[in-house]
Amino acid sequence: MTVAKGKQRTGGWFSNLKPQTRDNIVGYTFLLPNLIGCMLFTFLPVVFSLLISFTDWDYTKGFGNWNFVGVQNYLDMWQDEWFVDSLINTLVYTIAVVPITIFLALVISVLIDKYCFAKLPIRLAMLMPYISNVVAVAIVWVMMYSSFGPVTLLVKALGVENPPQWLADYTWAMPAVILMSIWSNVGYSALIYTSSIQGLPQDVYEAADIDGAGELTKFFRLTVPFLSPTTFFLVITNVITSFQIFAPIQIMTRGGPGTSTYVLVYYIYRSAFGYYKMGYASSMAWILFILIFIVTMIQWRQQKRIHDY
Amino acid sequence: METKRTLLWRLRRNDGFVIKRILFTVLIAMLAFTMIVPFLWMISASMKHELDVTKIPIQWIPDYFYPNNYLEVWNVGGNAKVDYHFGLAYFNSLKIAFFNVVGAVLTSSLAGYAFAKLRFKGRDVVFLLYLSTMMIPSQITIIPKFVIFDRLGMVGTHATLILPGIFTITGTFLMRQYFMQIPNELRESGKTDGASEFCIWWRIMLPMAKSSMAALGMMVFLWTWNNYLDALVFLPNWRLYTIPLALTSFIEESNTQYNLMMAAAASALIPVFIVFIIGQKQFVKGLTAGAVKG
Repeated sequence: MTVAKGKQRTGGWFSNLKPQTRDNIVGYTFLLPNLIGCMLFTFLPVVFSLLISFTDWDYTKGFGNWNFVGVQNYLDMWQDEWFVDSLINTLVYTIAVVPITIFLALVISVLIDKYCFAKLPIRLAMLMPYISNVVAVAIVWVMMYSSFGPVTLLVKALGVENPPQWLADYTWAMPAVILMSIWSNVGYSALIYTSSIQGLPQDVYEAADIDGAGELTKFFRLTVPFLSPTTFFLVITNVITSFQIFAPIQIMTRGGPGTSTYVLVYYIYRSAFGYYKMGYASSMAWILFILIFIVTMIQWRQQKRIHDY
Repeated sequence: METKRTLLWRLRRNDGFVIKRILFTVLIAMLAFTMIVPFLWMISASMKHELDVTKIPIQWIPDYFYPNNYLEVWNVGGNAKVDYHFGLAYFNSLKIAFFNVVGAVLTSSLAGYAFAKLRFKGRDVVFLLYLSTMMIPSQITIIPKFVIFDRLGMVGTHATLILPGIFTITGTFLMRQYFMQIPNELRESGKTDGASEFCIWWRIMLPMAKSSMAALGMMVFLWTWNNYLDALVFLPNWRLYTIPLALTSFIEESNTQYNLMMAAAASALIPVFIVFIIGQKQFVKGLTAGAVKG
């Protein structure tokens, strides 16, 4: 064992311990800074959150002044119009954003990889929205959608005489937010696709060339199936981030007009820090968790299947 | 990598391919261009006088440049109509980002190393615990965090953002993944030389992990710089505001002076773009790290 040498060098109480005990001490010393933090700011809050989600705690009544009400919160929320609307809106938003983002990202990254000169600057340009400060971006888009902004003027130029006031319009507010989200997300998905495309087996494509396969055939018969694990990963991650949309809503629409852009996280935020209904807000946060949990479970099962063959 | 020679060779071999390539380059470049149109519009508007911003049609390159907007946002010279305390917010954001980046990289590489290379009792159980919290959305923990900080009297200090920010589970995974690839022999040889475990980590492992640490550092910088929800909940006044909050309070205070708002937004975006352009390789590595783990 290499332990013997350490023993001669250090001496003292530490080296007199059993090797196994020493390993444990060393291991936990490395882990401890991180573990303490995660205990305090993740594990403990999770337990606490679950606990208060079963109470009627109003924060203004003070700490500890709560009654356990069982699953009442989880039952009440389905009668709450705001909750139901925000849940539906979150799902609508997700169902719109995710497929469009991923389809665009796939087509763009394949085209860039195959045909483009100046690949790098184009890729960097596409990634810029994703890394930008979400608040700054949302403010810019508020201006873009204003009556003198490029979006409105473009729509006018296309022949629409009275374009809607996007963010103030009941029908158009959600599509406006969706468009902005696609714009800011597509770069990330394209980046992930790009790194997968670079790992595609070239010999299969050469074989297809010899067989005289056209570009479209190769795209649908080879590229799409080869990239399906990546596509799957991207669907899941995009769905999870879409469930959690908050900042653009808070800045661009505040959930309005009416409940047209009220989303789940925005309602959780309002309930907790606007109305101080901590118990109710926590129970809604756990509904969000359940949604994410279901999606993650699907991913794990799918990943297993992919690794099986 | 396309050398001149192969390009010429291709040209001779297959004219059609090159033409197709040029066509698609133009097409995709246009698409990429629409991606940066909002940024161009932002910069253009930030350089205009108030009255020129709302002019139709849009002057993409203003007739009259008005860089004073930036001076007013930053209150340079102290003669702005309203002091938006933008410089202070900038400082606050940089301060928090600095502590978070240094702290998170340090704790993650310590814990990542422990999970990857050290043997101790309960390691796998703790790791499973970490794994299980991966899918817990931050919206669940924010209410208890608020309660904890409020009980400790810490709401209204930057500690509310700095303390949780220096522990990242994702970062721990990233570092663990990296250390897993390093062969065990390196560690063994260090041990036979009589080096302590800490010494091995510091002298042998960390220098090898530099690029992963850089990638993680950039991710943490990005998260911290763009963190909005936590700042919104924990920071009550302008003395504490970070960039995202300074921007939102800007909307309210500037009476929707669009040129100023755009100058402020542009100022907020620039540091991340600089970090991004300098370290694009690590940045891309950090962004893709989660995806390729399989």
